[in-house]
Amino acid sequence: MSDDHGHHKETFITKYIFSQDHKMIAKQFLVTGMIMGVIGVLMSILFRMQLAWPGEKFPILELLLGKWAPDGVMSPDIYLALVTIHGTIMVFFVLTAGLSGTFSNLLIPLQIGARDMASGFLNMLSYWFFFLSSVIMVASLFVENGPAAAGWTIYPPLSAVPSAMKGSGMGMTLWLVSMAIFIISSLLGSLNYIATIINMRTKGMSMTRLPLTIWAFFVTAILGVLSFPVLLSAALLLIFDRSMGTSFYLSDLFINGELLQNQGGSPILFEHLFWFLGHPEVYIIILPALGITSEIISTNSRKPIFGYRAMIASILAIAFLSFIVWGHHMFLTGMSPFLGSVFTFTTLLIAIPSAVKAFNYITTLWKGNLQMTPAMLFSIGLVSTFVTGGVTGLILGDSALDINVHDTYFVVGHFHIVMGLSAIFGMFAGVYHWYPKLYMRRMNKSMGYVHFWVTFICAYGVFFPMHFLGLAGLPRRYYSNVEFPMFDTLADINVLITGFAILGGIAQLVFLFNFFYSIWGGRKATQNPWKGNTLEWTTPVEHMHGNWPGEIPTVHRWAYDYSKPNADDTDYVIPGQDYVPQTTPLAHGEEAGH
Amino acid sequence: MTGLIIAIVAILAILVVLQVMRVTSLSSDLQDGKDNEVSSKDNDTQGTLLLLFGIGFMIAFVWMLIAWGDVLLPKAASEHGGDYDSLMSISMWMCIAVFVLVNPVLFYFAFKYRGLKGTKATYYEHNNKLELIWTTVPAVVLAVLIIYGLTTWSNITNPDNTDNEPMIVELYAQQFNWTARYSGEDNTLGYANVALIEGANFLGVDLNDERAKDDFIVKELYLPKGKPVKFRFRSQDIIHSAYMPHFRAQMNCVPGLITEFQFTPTVTTSEMRSDKYVMKQVKNVNDIRLVKGKEVWEFDYVLLCNKICGSAHYNMQMPIKVVEQAEYDQWVAKQSQLAQN
Repeated sequence: MSDDHGHHKETFITKYIFSQDHKMIAKQFLVTGMIMGVIGVLMSILFRMQLAWPGEKFPILELLLGKWAPDGVMSPDIYLALVTIHGTIMVFFVLTAGLSGTFSNLLIPLQIGARDMASGFLNMLSYWFFFLSSVIMVASLFVENGPAAAGWTIYPPLSAVPSAMKGSGMGMTLWLVSMAIFIISSLLGSLNYIATIINMRTKGMSMTRLPLTIWAFFVTAILGVLSFPVLLSAALLLIFDRSMGTSFYLSDLFINGELLQNQGGSPILFEHLFWFLGHPEVYIIILPALGITSEIISTNSRKPIFGYRAMIASILAIAFLSFIVWGHHMFLTGMSPFLGSVFTFTTLLIAIPSAVKAFNYITTLWKGNLQMTPAMLFSIGLVSTFVTGGVTGLILGDSALDINVHDTYFVVGHFHIVMGLSAIFGMFAGVYHWYPKLYMRRMNKSMGYVHFWVTFICAYGVFFPMHFLGLAGLPRRYYSNVEFPMFDTLADINVLITGFAILGGIAQLVFLFNFFYSIWGGRKATQNPWKGNTLEWTTPVEHMHGNWPGEIPTVHRWAYDYSKPNADDTDYVIPGQDYVPQTTPLAHGEEAGH
Repeated sequence: MTGLIIAIVAILAILVVLQVMRVTSLSSDLQDGKDNEVSSKDNDTQGTLLLLFGIGFMIAFVWMLIAWGDVLLPKAASEHGGDYDSLMSISMWMCIAVFVLVNPVLFYFAFKYRGLKGTKATYYEHNNKLELIWTTVPAVVLAVLIIYGLTTWSNITNPDNTDNEPMIVELYAQQFNWTARYSGEDNTLGYANVALIEGANFLGVDLNDERAKDDFIVKELYLPKGKPVKFRFRSQDIIHSAYMPHFRAQMNCVPGLITEFQFTPTVTTSEMRSDKYVMKQVKNVNDIRLVKGKEVWEFDYVLLCNKICGSAHYNMQMPIKVVEQAEYDQWVAKQSQLAQN
């Protein structure tokens, strides 16, 4: 495409603030995502304290929550608000924008061999809309009646009628505004990623030579483009119901002593629209993490990713199936049981490509030469959590079984292990691995090890016991469990979970410290510190606008020729070196890798 | 003063950490030179830790099963509940099998193939036969689970009522309590709608409807053992969910429509109270309650709200009693009397 990116003068504003350079935008997404992540984790620690020690006075609660924690005891209203905003922030702001936004932006042009994204301007807008939506979401915490509190799923009528709960007033309005702007940000980004990947690959970079990260980001962007607009429509109809007297979701309501005039709508319409995005959304979250894992495991095993084509096929299968499973969130809504059966069928099918991916990762490790960088540890951890969390999905996806575990802690355990562990591990792994490309330095390895081990152990410690709580019948989103004697024996488990949560939360300080310290005090990175094959390691260490000085390299092979023997089997393809960058032409007598 | 001391300690701690970071960074430089990001010693240590974690994880899992096995719900108290529990059992064991087979392999490989000095990787990029195996085996296992699950689902949601007409009971949900309306002799509920709510008629029953004449309203559910009951759920305000975990029953209550769920209770409250597993659970609960100075608990079935509905969502409950037919008939007679007066 156009090669004139290197020629305009950059001011402080155009370089650091309204930058159109994908690398700077990646960093903006990352740091904003991290800040939102800190807020989200803090919230979770607050409500976990309430769950472990209900009714106990905590002065820090009163300090942080003011009127919402009179006498140091959290009020039920703010509990639900914390749970709601925690979910919203983590799902959208951290794991979607923070994960996709960072790595799609950083890696797509670098790994496909492009000077920048198709439209630097739209890319810049994509970040600033994300920033704006983050500001609005955080602002909603400070309104008089509190932020949205109907769960991150904000089902109407609870979210539609301000008198139904405190948070459904201005808090809910701001939530909807924030999310509408967030969706715009996401769509702008996704369109850019798709256009760039299709149109701007360098010479020789056919689709089947692309690293799996790019395949993952590509398919994720398509998922986003097809599903986020439906959430936007759900939100718009909700805004209409809230402010313009319509009845899309409302009918036969008597709330707070008042008979409402709405007739003819159904809350189930909202659920369909919401989950039509909601389910692909979780794959939008996990696919980039899986792509990143393929890259990191392969590079650090000094072996090709096992089953490259099968990995692509499974990404496509997961993406396709993700559109036809949303009803598994709605088995108990009163939806037709036959429809429920259809969704059970499709949901259990999606386990198959997921299993293929897990087995392929493990086979990549087999007979490898494993380099245990912190990124590699997190990637191995991801495989463990993906399997552990994934199998309980089979229970929940079975409509009959969902009857007794729906909306219990069994669900909370399941989705946290796959999102709160697997996806965030992918994000951590990506940060450790591509830090040299982000900040031209290296993060501290020992701190990385400490971060990994404490996080891994605590993370399982928090979420694994939740399956037992769910099978004991404990519902989610309960402010306190003391009203039901049958749950008294679960109190110890809740304390254990909270203990691990607090410890795990503190462990993240190690990461934050490492991250920010290394920007200025970390060891300077070399050009290709992990001895990778992909194109991003052929750019100079110092960032430059346009990525490569001179011509963009031509690609002659796929991305996974690690430890490839030469044609005579006497040495590696490049003697004495166990990797062959994509830019290396095929040697005499060499066959292509796949 | 405390604040100042905490601040000084925090700053010193940060300085310590900074120095430790610089030392570790320099020392790993010395070990393997500046080129290597990780040394073979790192790989050895981390690989070994991963193996130890894998072993520890499995041990922890077994420990959890033993320690927390008795907090799980007792045996099902409904007819379909037995099918539910069998399906759950088989599905869980399948999940556990995958969990205990795949995780150890993962951590073992991470250990066995850790990059020691001289380790070389094998270039092995695909094997279609292997892919086929681990695509078809899960597919077959899942197909079995799907068929089994869907049959169970169909039996639960579409029960055969040809010989046994279910008793109709309305469960009315509102922020933040439950009300039950029995349909009486005619087994038909009178028409009701929130538009008709007025004063004492807080359910909005159409009092002129013939079918409503024998309806009676209670705040505690009584169910006869062995008789199918079909619940019709209504909500006054927002989405709630009627969760009756002992019966393996749950259904959302959605304003604007009526949802249904049918089951047949098979264990009376007193039978449940004499069940060994339940007795152990009750004892564990009461041991805790004694320490906290709370009153003793006797097992009761319970209806909980299980869909976020506002501030008191965590305490929206109604007791359920399952009794023998005779006791049930007596109770009905008394309630009907009260309704007439």
